[in-house]
Amino acid sequence: MKLDAKIPSGPIAEKWDRHRFEVKLVNPANKRKFSVIVVGTGLAGASAAATLAELGYKVDAFCFHDSPRRAHSIAAQGGINAAKNYQNDGDSVYRLFYDTVKGGDFRAREANVHRLAEVSRNIIDQCVAQGVPFAREYGGYLANRSFGGAQVSRTFYAAGQTGQQLLLGAYGALSRQIGSGNVKMHTYTEMLDVVVIDGKARGIVTRNLRSGAIESWAADAVLLCTGGYSNVFYLSTNAKGSNVTATWRAHKRGAGFANPCYTQIHPTCIPQSGDHQSKLTLMSESLRNDGRVWVPKQKGDKRASQDIPESERDYYLERKYPSFGNLSPRDIASRAAKEVCDEGRGVGPTGLGVYLDFADAIKRVGESTVAERYGNLFDMYERITGENPYKQPMRIFPAPHYTMGGLWVDYNLMSTIPGLHVLGEANFSDHGANRLGASALMQGLADGYFVIPITLGHYLASNPLEKVDTSHESFKAVENEVREKTKKLMSMKGKRTPDSFHRELGRIMWDNCGMARSTESLKKALQRIPALRAEFWENLNVPGADGDTNQVLENAGRVADFLEFAELMCMDALTREESCGGHFRVEHQTPDGEAKRNDEDFCHSSVWEHQGVGKPATLHKEALVFENVKLTQRSYK
Amino acid sequence: MNITLHVWRQKSAREPGKLVTYKRGDVSPDMSFLEMIDVLNEELAAKGEEPIAFAHDCREGICGSCSMMIDGMPHGPQDLTTTCQLHMRTFKDGAEITVEPWRAAAFPVVKDLIVDREAFDRIIQQGGFVSVNTGNAQDANAIPISKEAADKAFEAAACIGCGACVAACPNASAMLFVSAKVAQMAELPQGQPERYRRAKKMVDQHDAEGFGACRNHYECEAACPKGISVRYIAQLNRDYLKASVAVAEHAGRSSGPG
Repeated sequence: MKLDAKIPSGPIAEKWDRHRFEVKLVNPANKRKFSVIVVGTGLAGASAAATLAELGYKVDAFCFHDSPRRAHSIAAQGGINAAKNYQNDGDSVYRLFYDTVKGGDFRAREANVHRLAEVSRNIIDQCVAQGVPFAREYGGYLANRSFGGAQVSRTFYAAGQTGQQLLLGAYGALSRQIGSGNVKMHTYTEMLDVVVIDGKARGIVTRNLRSGAIESWAADAVLLCTGGYSNVFYLSTNAKGSNVTATWRAHKRGAGFANPCYTQIHPTCIPQSGDHQSKLTLMSESLRNDGRVWVPKQKGDKRASQDIPESERDYYLERKYPSFGNLSPRDIASRAAKEVCDEGRGVGPTGLGVYLDFADAIKRVGESTVAERYGNLFDMYERITGENPYKQPMRIFPAPHYTMGGLWVDYNLMSTIPGLHVLGEANFSDHGANRLGASALMQGLADGYFVIPITLGHYLASNPLEKVDTSHESFKAVENEVREKTKKLMSMKGKRTPDSFHRELGRIMWDNCGMARSTESLKKALQRIPALRAEFWENLNVPGADGDTNQVLENAGRVADFLEFAELMCMDALTREESCGGHFRVEHQTPDGEAKRNDEDFCHSSVWEHQGVGKPATLHKEALVFENVKLTQRSYK
Repeated sequence: MNITLHVWRQKSAREPGKLVTYKRGDVSPDMSFLEMIDVLNEELAAKGEEPIAFAHDCREGICGSCSMMIDGMPHGPQDLTTTCQLHMRTFKDGAEITVEPWRAAAFPVVKDLIVDREAFDRIIQQGGFVSVNTGNAQDANAIPISKEAADKAFEAAACIGCGACVAACPNASAMLFVSAKVAQMAELPQGQPERYRRAKKMVDQHDAEGFGACRNHYECEAACPKGISVRYIAQLNRDYLKASVAVAEHAGRSSGPG
């Protein structure tokens, strides 16, 4: 596996401009001769499919939902960053670039991040033009708020439903192209494999979730926009359907998987209430603009929050990180919460929770202003917990939320399989070891609206592509593999459901490869995962038939892939002998418990090459070169 | 808690369905309605029986997947709440609960509680957008938009496309859904150039899909988990009328209503 990041030469601020000039273009009349498959219709997929169709490419888009509008981008709450500097508070492209590299604990590729910061401005323009109803000030201009890891206000938002509004914008653009016949939309269709012919990605094999039909689709290029793998933990803030299948199957066909151990545990989620729990709900980080995080100073203090006097409260984020306070980055805020709970100072029935208190904000700006800013989140909290956050502090606890790791891509967003491009959360590129709040929406849309339309053209114009169709033997071979696997899942008729395996896997991962990882815990997980996987393939029970809607079967296929993927994630965590961002190895910390990087040995992305299930993957390294940002110990004090 | 469920089971659109009764003990009041069904489904699957098929995904009340008629009310008895956000503490111990799919000719049953809502997508494809290609846009602050207009557009844009409005309506009309999208764009300067054309094309598609006409029952507003107001339907009707007049005026010209 050769890793060539193809970073353009020249000063960082000129790289993207230079690249746009240097890439080959496809003549407008020729674009319609090229076909592109887009898998996933979240922010990255919908924006890419729409924009490529506008340019004239023939696009086939796929999603497993009943409508492209239901992709999980819709649930993003807080906002989207952009270096507009509308607030005149010192923001700039360079500052957004710098904040993102630093926030990622110096484990991202500089050139990609700078490009992201540059196009961030165009994203806001585009979305406003589409009719996305961002929050505005009385003068009619766009409003901003602050997010973790930044000292400027650069986050654009639409109440607590920013992801929904941005996705509906992209869905609108996509719908327009579907309506005019430029995109063929395939709903209820799950991608189950990539087809590689002569070393190039030339199509996919899918399963129709209504009829069970296994079908092949050929194209000149394939785009995976299939999100992240937080559901490897079973309980996460992701939607129930979010899965690793598309990227994992591509990995098994030769796409390098980069930094799978970089997972983000979000500090502000509603704590688990019982064993029946099916998912965890995020309370937007934007709440930390006005909410203050605290726990009792006393261990095991069981008094109700209002009975604990001010002097006996520990506002630990403000105490430990005075300059960023409650807006410390996510990895730091999550670990701090874990720390106080480990000390026995956690709150709520399980002791796994900390308070997020709005009493001061309500006193300062009034209940109605707080309601205007966060009303929908407060309502959601009350519906789930039965507690009123206007009257008593919220209880929150960290939960898996986002994955920075993903398929390795070069500057053109192309994986190690030529023709296979990866966008949004599914790739590894821009957030390093920790993503800053409000940057996921930015990246998904940057990739889809502004990057891939340029770089995909370059690939198509510079590679001779033989004409292939789905009658090619490679399609038939992959189809047969997919059919065999489905048949096997259906035929075991054992005793356990896919969900029971998923829960057990999630527990293993959370306990051993979650917020704190050690050699010992990771080795334990690496022992238990293969055993669980072996049991899965003997003792699984999938009722029903495969020729019709069968949600247990859909789930079984996804869990099967998580059971393979989890091993790689632990292996990556074990070999990364340092702490950085969301990856915290207990062996590597500073005397005051902060993450301790090892730039000498680990200033690289770890890219894994598949060698077969149960066999150790081969590690390749992409060295990270920092020409603009100086590597320092990240400090938010 | 003890609960008795009567759940609509239907193998496919081609086969008839019926209500099947399941007795539940040990239901925690902290469970969501879907988690209660998850536990039931795990038990059914462990016995080798087919679990109840139901649409769900984000479980945060925003993706619009979940779609259950609970005791004759879309998304159940709690106001402004999707099924996934409905918790068992809303019900009394010993309650009998009937669960059915959305019922509308334009939403055929796929299986059990899942219906096909692609008609909604086809309506949006007729004009639920601003026709702006990527790259066309000017600076985002170039056109100030009053906070009132932005807030109103946002309220209308909060629709999650779940279809509760259709399920609640005696005529199975989707006018609340259509009007919310039309109103979002009508509030904004960006939506003006295509305003009337959009209203006309979306309503025509709505009718072609087999949704019924609005007869002002207002059941849709009561059922909407996002509180979308019926006043948008009145506004849509005005825009539609203008569009129809414009069509008549423009008859014979090459372009449709502006």
